[in-house]
Amino acid sequence: MAKCAMGKMRRKGLAIMAAQTVATSVDLGPATGLSCRECGTRFELGPIFACVECFGPLEVAYELPTGDPEALRAAIEAGPNNIWRYAPLLPVPADVASKPSLNPGFTKLVDAANLAKELGVTGKLYVKDDSGNPTHSFKDRVVAIAVEAARAFGFTTLSCSSTGNLAGAVGAAAARAGFRSCVFIPHDLEQGKVVMAGVYGGDLVGIEGNYDDVNRFCSELIGDPLGEGWGFVNVNLRPYYGEGSKTLAYEICEQLGWQLPDQIVIPIASGSQLTKIDKGLQELIKLGLVEDKPYKIFGAQAEGCSPVSTAFKAGHDVVRPQKPNTIAKSLAIGNPADGPYVLDIARRTGGFVEDVNDEQVVEAIKILAQTEGIFAETAGGVTVGVTKKLIENGQLDPALTTVVLNTGDGLKTLEAVAADSGQTATIRPSLDAFRAASLA
Amino acid sequence: MSVNVRIPTILRTYTGGQAEVPAEGATLAEVIESLEKNHPGIAARVLDDQGKLRRFVNVYVNDDDVRFEGGLEAVTPDGAGVSIIPAVAGGC
Repeated sequence: MAKCAMGKMRRKGLAIMAAQTVATSVDLGPATGLSCRECGTRFELGPIFACVECFGPLEVAYELPTGDPEALRAAIEAGPNNIWRYAPLLPVPADVASKPSLNPGFTKLVDAANLAKELGVTGKLYVKDDSGNPTHSFKDRVVAIAVEAARAFGFTTLSCSSTGNLAGAVGAAAARAGFRSCVFIPHDLEQGKVVMAGVYGGDLVGIEGNYDDVNRFCSELIGDPLGEGWGFVNVNLRPYYGEGSKTLAYEICEQLGWQLPDQIVIPIASGSQLTKIDKGLQELIKLGLVEDKPYKIFGAQAEGCSPVSTAFKAGHDVVRPQKPNTIAKSLAIGNPADGPYVLDIARRTGGFVEDVNDEQVVEAIKILAQTEGIFAETAGGVTVGVTKKLIENGQLDPALTTVVLNTGDGLKTLEAVAADSGQTATIRPSLDAFRAASLA
Repeated sequence: MSVNVRIPTILRTYTGGQAEVPAEGATLAEVIESLEKNHPGIAARVLDDQGKLRRFVNVYVNDDDVRFEGGLEAVTPDGAGVSIIPAVAGGC
């Protein structure tokens, strides 16, 4: 008993020590501190990401605006056409819009009537097309928030472990905001992502291994003097970084006329994006910006890396890691940090977590391209493919309003569709040759 | 069996600030027991109330995630490197 009490006292002491080692006077707007999602222990704002009590993930706690929802809606609508219109709901200083940033967000919500017809959707179907961000993926949103945290904590180097899109987003944001960057990727990524990450002039390091190996390496680097003073956007800045995904929820609802969609289909890599979209929707309800009504959240994975859908379908509440083998490399995280929370959210909202194989991913990329003119990367193929499957197996109601996320640009994963998306014919420059090709 | 254990920043208060400490044991369970002897309190941070690895802790023996290698029963060969890492990193 005495030993137990001593242990508890020591742990409390450690929590206090950890809190004392972090910055206490940073200005990150409405953010008031960090809170452990598992055990609730509170910490001061700082570059920390795991709870000293239980290793649980830390989340930003806020003092959100109170008062008239109409006035807040009007203030948001009068804001810039990027994520900073939601600054009062994000861990960023009030003057964030005046700082050098890629100013991502407010991407198109495409009314996808052709896709709806193709998939048998009788209600409204929208594609939230985040390929329109500055580096052509949703990662610009999360990185923009992490950059503000890095500024607040005095970091001068930005880093990350990446499946490709994030490396490009960090490189570009660092260039624009005046940071050095050094980012880490698996050595065998698609060329489009490698070039896109390297062109901004920062250091780009290929690690011989898969994403989980890269992530492990970065987690060790952060505890070593070699990585001292570095802001790893998805490690020691992860609590702030993740909040950027809330802006997807805000935008979708605002673009729907301040209404919640009935169903959202979201890709799962680590699962953070899905959990933050849910958090964003809950905040809008709490603030009175949208009417409170049920919504369902669906998660989408590739069969070759489906630890969360496997756990969901088996009824488990823990996620057993897998070794990834899929063309959807941006989702190839075999040990998803937020997997258990995704399971909770999908079950709480009455959604589902499904997966599709690589052939279905390629087919879905083509369907989206050929119905809506949107060229998605493989992750977009996963969400559209899973949407199709969910309709076919009766999990997703085709009569309701559904939003499907496309989180990246197909130009980055050309390899996925290059084999049969080339020239229809190669002919001499003559009318006879064209006639012979039977294409008129 | 002697192994070297890499300690994450948030557990270094138990190891006097050391990032790497030696330990003994032929399995991960024995290594953690050895750590606890030399650094009292550390086992309770890594293991839950049922004595299992906490949900948000990753442990690697050399390059292998112990969840693929038998968990606490994972073999720790002489001279192996054991890394304890917070799981809540990466991705998005």
